[in-house]
Amino acid sequence: MAEATPPPASRAGTKKALPEKFQNYRHVWVAMELEHGQVHSVSYELLGEGRKLADKRGVELAAVVMGDSREALHRAATNAFEFGADKVYLVCDPVLAHYRNEVATKALTDLVNRYQPEILLLGATNLGRDLAGSVATTLETGLTADCTELAIDEEGSLAATRPTFGGSLLCTIFTLNFRPQMATVRPRVLAMPEPVPGRTGTIVEHPLELAEDDIVTKVVHFVADRDSDKAQLAYADIVVAGGLGLQSAENFQLVKQLAEVLGAEYGGSRPLVQKGWITADRQIGQTGKTIRPRLYIAAGISGAIQHRVGVEGADLIVAINTDPNAPIFEFAHLGIVADAVTLLPALTEAFARRLSVNRLAG
Amino acid sequence: MHIVVCIKQVPDSAQIRVHPVTNTIMRQGVPTIINPYDLFALEEALRLRDRHGGAVTVLTMGPPTAEQALRKALTFGADRAVLLTDRYFAGSDTLATSYALSMALGRIAADFGAPEIIFTGKQTIDGDTAQVGPGIAKRLRYNQLTYVSSIVDVAADRGRITVERRAEGGTQTLDTALPVLITMLEATNEMRRGTLDNALRAARQEILTWNAADVGIADLLKCGLRGSPTIVKKVFAPTARAEKAEIVTAEGGPAALAEATIAGIFARAPAVEADLYAFARQA
Amino acid sequence: MIDERFDAIVVGAGPSGNAAAYVMAKEGLKVLQIERGEYSGSKNVQGAILYADALERIMPDFRDDAPLERHVVEQRIWTMDDRSHTGVHYRSDDFNEEKPNRYTILRAQFDKWFSRRVQQAGAIVLCETTVTELVKDGQDRVIGVRTDRTGGAIFADVVILAEGVNGLVGQRSGLRPEVAPESVALAVKEMHFLPRETIEARFNLSGNEGVVIEAMGTITKGMAGTGFLYTNEESISVGIGCIVADFAEGEVTPYALLDAFKNHPSIRPLLAGSEIKEYAAHLIPEGGYKAMPQLVGDGWIVVGDAGQFVNAVHREGSNLAMTTGRVAAETVAWLKRRREPLDAVCLAEYTRRLADSFVMKDLKKYRGIPALLHHNKRTFFGLYPQLISKAAQTWLRVDGVDKVSKEKAILRSFREGRSLFGMIGDALKLARAWR
Ligand SMILES: Cc1cc2nc3c(=O)[nH]c(=O)nc-3n(C[C@H](O)[C@H](O)[C@H](O)COP(=O)(O)OP(=O)(O)OC[C@H]3O[C@@H](n4cnc5c(N)ncnc54)[C@H](O)[C@@H]3O)c2cc1C
Ligand SMILES: Cc1cc2nc3c(=O)[nH]c(=O)nc-3n(C[C@H](O)[C@H](O)[C@H](O)COP(=O)(O)OP(=O)(O)OC[C@H]3O[C@@H](n4cnc5c(N)ncnc54)[C@H](O)[C@@H]3O)c2cc1C
Ligand SMILES: Nc1ncnc2c1ncn2[C@@H]1O[C@H](COP(=O)(O)O)[C@@H](O)[C@H]1O
Repeated sequence: MAEATPPPASRAGTKKALPEKFQNYRHVWVAMELEHGQVHSVSYELLGEGRKLADKRGVELAAVVMGDSREALHRAATNAFEFGADKVYLVCDPVLAHYRNEVATKALTDLVNRYQPEILLLGATNLGRDLAGSVATTLETGLTADCTELAIDEEGSLAATRPTFGGSLLCTIFTLNFRPQMATVRPRVLAMPEPVPGRTGTIVEHPLELAEDDIVTKVVHFVADRDSDKAQLAYADIVVAGGLGLQSAENFQLVKQLAEVLGAEYGGSRPLVQKGWITADRQIGQTGKTIRPRLYIAAGISGAIQHRVGVEGADLIVAINTDPNAPIFEFAHLGIVADAVTLLPALTEAFARRLSVNRLAG
Repeated sequence: MHIVVCIKQVPDSAQIRVHPVTNTIMRQGVPTIINPYDLFALEEALRLRDRHGGAVTVLTMGPPTAEQALRKALTFGADRAVLLTDRYFAGSDTLATSYALSMALGRIAADFGAPEIIFTGKQTIDGDTAQVGPGIAKRLRYNQLTYVSSIVDVAADRGRITVERRAEGGTQTLDTALPVLITMLEATNEMRRGTLDNALRAARQEILTWNAADVGIADLLKCGLRGSPTIVKKVFAPTARAEKAEIVTAEGGPAALAEATIAGIFARAPAVEADLYAFARQA
Repeated sequence: MIDERFDAIVVGAGPSGNAAAYVMAKEGLKVLQIERGEYSGSKNVQGAILYADALERIMPDFRDDAPLERHVVEQRIWTMDDRSHTGVHYRSDDFNEEKPNRYTILRAQFDKWFSRRVQQAGAIVLCETTVTELVKDGQDRVIGVRTDRTGGAIFADVVILAEGVNGLVGQRSGLRPEVAPESVALAVKEMHFLPRETIEARFNLSGNEGVVIEAMGTITKGMAGTGFLYTNEESISVGIGCIVADFAEGEVTPYALLDAFKNHPSIRPLLAGSEIKEYAAHLIPEGGYKAMPQLVGDGWIVVGDAGQFVNAVHREGSNLAMTTGRVAAETVAWLKRRREPLDAVCLAEYTRRLADSFVMKDLKKYRGIPALLHHNKRTFFGLYPQLISKAAQTWLRVDGVDKVSKEKAILRSFREGRSLFGMIGDALKLARAWR
């Protein structure tokens, strides 16, 4: 073992004075997510929150937009201004057509190094987490992932709060000594701000010096979810799931039928995978998918903790179980003590009726 | 082909409880497990080795007790296990962790050959950051493929790999050059059960145990607490949801109960109602 | 293919298997231990009492690092009816000794620690592996085991069956009969988290002192069984168990029984505000001496619960398990040193050694008790506790009735409840069974 200095009493981040090289880092940035011309709603949520942070710090809010279509980028910039941005950094290049870590990391780190923001926020989506991780490592700064709350503390630092240990605890994390302070924030936990129509700002365009030939990773193919028949549980707005309480593989059809009427995804508890009633990619829970739908309907699922941690993020949890003491009623919002085998078809029919009435009306 | 899988031993989060008074984690009797996400990475690595030959090395950074996780990985069929442990690593955040692991990977490359593929799990269930993998990739200048759902093809001779990965709103098929770091998406495979031979070997095999100096870390400022830019200032329990589920009841059989349920859903989630009608009109 | 031989294979990593594997490994034998759980103790959740003496004989320094919760300074024995308990409490500062005699432990942690010691001693421990059958040679001698993992059989000179109460390996191989429902109790238990300050205040404890409550009475709804409550460091183990045959007769589920016990007015305040952590059910062999199967044969020995080594009256199990494991191991090592074959004749030395120890002496002493309690369960577990409670209440309530009348009323209620002959008969039967 190397001859040793005793371990330090404090960590790197706690020193008070910000190092010289970071003194000029100012302003709050939101890296907008813009895949295939569409702005992800989390970007607007972040702009709303970023506005508040910037005001508290007395600095500007800037948005970063990157892509290959100038038209889409300008549309996004217009939106960014309406949602509170003062400035937009715009990078337009054909190599940004599809998201690639390599390319996006270079684009964003170049911008950061050039314009030096003090706070950089991204959505905790697949894209955001992929990008934030490599940008933070490249810049050798701190990153707090998957936050649920942001604030500025008395000393002007970013206080990022996030769940840990599967949601049983929350912790508040600071990056005191490095810049920018980076965080990714879960979609749909921050409020969607009201846009101010006509609000504008300045656009700063920045070149990306990268040719396709220099890029190692090639996108061979992209299949959008809507064109795919694979399960998309993690991204679904509504999920209907079944558990052992359904008693047979045939009864699981009732779950699928309800899901179909609702345009929802379907899934199940782990024992169903083990019994072969559903495929592994439809398992929900700690060792399956973590879902975060607006509506989750669980039929005949007891609500074991391993299942619970995978669904707790749902906005509304509805549980159907014959046992009034089932643990799922501890965390569901709505409970129905009933036999799922008879209630599911009734629900399917009732929903179908309402929707068809509406279709005729519409 | 040489494949390294980074695994982490974590407390089984499902069994973590928060002390009702002090708000601290009660670790009493909480068992540790291999981070469940890492098992998908390990199984994928074993499959690649079975198909293409070579060896799988598992690597963990953690306390000496993390040896258990490594033995378990050997039981599943990994060929070699490395434990990176040193009190200087205590308190590492993701930046310091990825630094230490990348140094250990350097030593692994020197001793056993450079890995063509490094696997990590998508994220851990305790840290939950999903950053350590990308951090390693950046430091080692490996191409980074996160959220990989399937490995379509590895052409070791041409030095290329093709994978499908979960992108925003769809699935990307990417082709890139080896070596790569892959973070494997969950629920993409099912961990195998090791054979009796594997189990016996795992019980006896020597676990390579390295400290900071062993992997050539000279600058201890990059390790542990000192090497961690983020600082956890406060840990607290979320305000528990006091109320249990509101129980829906209705007179008149399943049909009435179904109506009452729908009314309950729409009352609580008007947006769902609006979306559903929009969906109905589209259909 | 495994072309390797071991001196001994131990099936199971509970207290008996761990004791056996540890002692043999320390004796320099080549030992393989196989456990079906994820780790030793993974199937044995929650609290229990550890009797130090049995472990001390195996590992004198165990107190240095064993995960011990609290040492027991107070024992409460309660008979309960539905609303009250009448109790004997014994508490002594003598139990605050340098080497305490009894501890509360959490089996999951304790077994894991023990298993680590076994591995350090040199035994190979395979977990998550189930022994599916014994391998026998042409002469019906046991020569090894087969497991549920692919890859064949493993061989050894002797197989020590430490597989617990319903160990199927011995049964499947025809070494012993299935356990009879009258000879085994089903116990359900829960662990309740409480801050240590709360526990200490509630039970008048300081430091690592602990309390044990053993209870019988109407809490088992007329079935033969007992309830218990142990204080751990930051939790309380609470449970209740009854003979399986009784459960089969009645309508009460084990869980409902535990629920009622927890809600008993004497227990509820002790658990108030706690958070339940785990619920588990486990069998306890309670048939005693008479239910004991054959203990040795050619190439095999039975230890622990698998051999019905439990003293149900005193709730001792793990100490008998460790002692039988140790004695079996010492016997094997002794025979090996003498180069004797490990056949039924030579292994009978194990039974001889046990006969000289407290294990067989105690079990023999109480051999009549299980049947007695079973056949008189309504009297012992329903009637008497009720009578005792009624008597105590009559005696303690100050209500203008003179003491002589109170004495008479108490005697009358006993006589009405159970004839004088019945009572004398019960006393005699109990005394005889106890002798
Ligand atoms: C390491 C580990 C990881 C795990 N990971 C996961 C995971 O990712 N996902 C997961 O789901 N599980 C997971 N589990 C398993 C988990 O612990 C539970 O065993 C599982 O979730 C139970 O599934 P269930 O609720 O479908 O079945 P059960 O627990 O059997 O519950 C069935 C429920 O249905 C009710 N019921 C019965 N009949 C009816 C009826 N006719 N109508 C309505 N209700 C009825 C019952 O009252 C009961 O509550 C994991 C376990 C471990 C140890
Ligand atoms: C509720 C309850 C409370 C108790 N309280 C106390 C107490 O306070 N004090 C006390 O001294 N005793 C107590 N006992 C009794 C004590 O727990 C047992 O006597 C003791 O555990 C017996 O040890 P054992 O090693 O024989 O069996 P076990 O502890 O049952 O161990 C057997 C092991 O073998 C494994 N196994 C079984 N079959 C196979 C197979 N085919 N292949 C591989 N592995 C296998 C099992 O997984 C298990 O780990 C209690 C019992 C219960 C149920
Ligand atoms: N201490 C560690 N040792 C080895 N691998 C780790 C460690 N921490 C994290 N990893 C790997 O990095 C992945 C992402 O972890 P995290 O960034 O903590 O979510 C995990 O799934 C592991 O594969």
